[in-house]
Amino acid sequence: MKKRFKYVATSLMVGSVLAFTAACGASDEGTGNGNGSQSNGSATESANEENKQLQGEINIDGSSTVYPIMEAVVEEFGMEQPGVKVSVASSGTGGGFKQFIAGTTDISNASREIKDEEKAQLEEAGIDYTELKLANDGLSIVVNKENDWVDHLTVEELKEIWVDSGETKKWSDIRPEWPDEEIKFYSPGTDSGTYDYFNEVILEDSPIVEQATLSEDDNILVQGVAGDKNAIGFFGFAYYVENKDKLKVVPVDGGSGAVEPTHDTVESGEYAPLSRPLYIYVKNESLKNEETYEFVKFVMENAGVLSEDVGYVKLKDEDYEEGLKTIEGLK
Amino acid sequence: MKLINESTILRRMKPRLIKNLVFKCLFMAATIFALLVLGILLYRVITQGIGYLDWQFMQGLPSRNPEQAGVKTALIGTVWLMAVVAPVTLFFGVGTAIYLEEYAKKGKFTTFIQVNISNLAGVPSIVFGLLGLTVFVRALSLGTSVIAAGLTMSLLVLPIIIVSSQEAIRAVPKELREASYGMGATKWQTILRVVMPAAIPGILTGGILALSRAIGETAPLVVLGLPLFLAFLPQSVFDMFTVLPMQIYNWTGRPQEEFHAVAAAGIIVLLTLLIIMNSVAVYIRNKFQKRY
Repeated sequence: MKKRFKYVATSLMVGSVLAFTAACGASDEGTGNGNGSQSNGSATESANEENKQLQGEINIDGSSTVYPIMEAVVEEFGMEQPGVKVSVASSGTGGGFKQFIAGTTDISNASREIKDEEKAQLEEAGIDYTELKLANDGLSIVVNKENDWVDHLTVEELKEIWVDSGETKKWSDIRPEWPDEEIKFYSPGTDSGTYDYFNEVILEDSPIVEQATLSEDDNILVQGVAGDKNAIGFFGFAYYVENKDKLKVVPVDGGSGAVEPTHDTVESGEYAPLSRPLYIYVKNESLKNEETYEFVKFVMENAGVLSEDVGYVKLKDEDYEEGLKTIEGLK
Repeated sequence: MKLINESTILRRMKPRLIKNLVFKCLFMAATIFALLVLGILLYRVITQGIGYLDWQFMQGLPSRNPEQAGVKTALIGTVWLMAVVAPVTLFFGVGTAIYLEEYAKKGKFTTFIQVNISNLAGVPSIVFGLLGLTVFVRALSLGTSVIAAGLTMSLLVLPIIIVSSQEAIRAVPKELREASYGMGATKWQTILRVVMPAAIPGILTGGILALSRAIGETAPLVVLGLPLFLAFLPQSVFDMFTVLPMQIYNWTGRPQEEFHAVAAAGIIVLLTLLIIMNSVAVYIRNKFQKRY
């Protein structure tokens, strides 16, 4: 009996460990297969193409807004250069810069410009970097589909609506002819680059209305605005385009007439001041590596088409050419 | 002469029977409600995701095209993570529980440790993420590797397994231990041959809870800076990897409706993995319970 107890006890203790070791073995096998097909792929490709097959690692982190573009770029790059191990994380613009400062990433995605304090920290860490524009996004102001009173908003009115005044706000406070109903607010979370940009051009560092519902998930904002007649919200252009049937977009008057965010007005910059560029920040030291240089070059050559694919707006062609020139000087 | 006054008994029994019925219905309603919510959730996830669930989904890499998106790297990454978390938590968790219950002298110090462990079980997971980032990723410069994430996750779930193992060990009748000592066994022999076999069903229940939590956590891994897109698989515990919950979280946040369906397909894969993992533990547990 004792022996049986011992047997069972040890087998139980080790059993689960073994189960997972087995799983480990299986995945090792999987890895081997993956590698095999990878090297096969590259062998045939290098035979067909004169492009040199590169090796190496590129680590990317940063904005979750930029992530879909990077995902698309890396997916395409992987077909040309399967030997380069690219990893893309998405810990937010601020989180990405922290990793960039710590020196663990080669490229940092950002949905806003780098802040002065981040610049200072990079300088302290001795990291030289280059800023490249990647694509455009039009921050879209949206209201409920049933909202028939808002035809456009000026930047001043937006500020009046969104800046905290300590009391509840009604639509009639903004323009007297509008209904006497309380406004409901939906905004991206304060950690997001989208919020930072809105803060920069509209709030100007004043606190956002206390009643605002903040969410890191833009789909929640979409649902919130779509479900409440008196709601107003803002988020990236892609989220408006995908939910056009549920939301009404508000043209914004930045001083030269009301402009609705469309593909063309965002690309031309006419939709001001809420058109914002999306950036990548590249470590200059990494650009000296051939694989990183080739990757960044690939980004500049393909970001236009691929950003359109995932719902953003491309830059003007000359902006990409300028980016290519910039990195050429740093090779 | 009647010995039993039936009308009196009926009168007295009726309120008690009604009470019994009311509580039975109440608890049944609670169970049905929970099952109903679970049912709706599963129904929604399965109807949404089943269309994307195919071999290509299991083999594919993340992609901008929902049709081509897949979970290969994430699924294998999750298995790797569990391969680190399971042995580490079982060893440290059960070890701590045995020490605290069997060896440690009850005193202020053990009470202090006890209180701290219970408190740690309630600390938000993101705090463990920050701890992992400072200690494992940065200070020990393990990077965003399987081992760094695995150790972070182990810290997160250790309190659960320690507390449940302690309960299980405590529930072993004192007479069993005394009988063992009476036969001349040492403390270690008693623990190994008497206490552990009796406590293992309870310990495994804690293990299931702990691993189920670890497999589904996203927040601490996001803090660690784990990548979302990886075109390669980890070769060792020091390699970078990505996990299923992070992919699912990313897909649910996309503006395109199709990606929400892809996320649902990812959830089905994660649930299946979880069920497989737990049924192994339940099987071992049941097999043992019968013998004892």
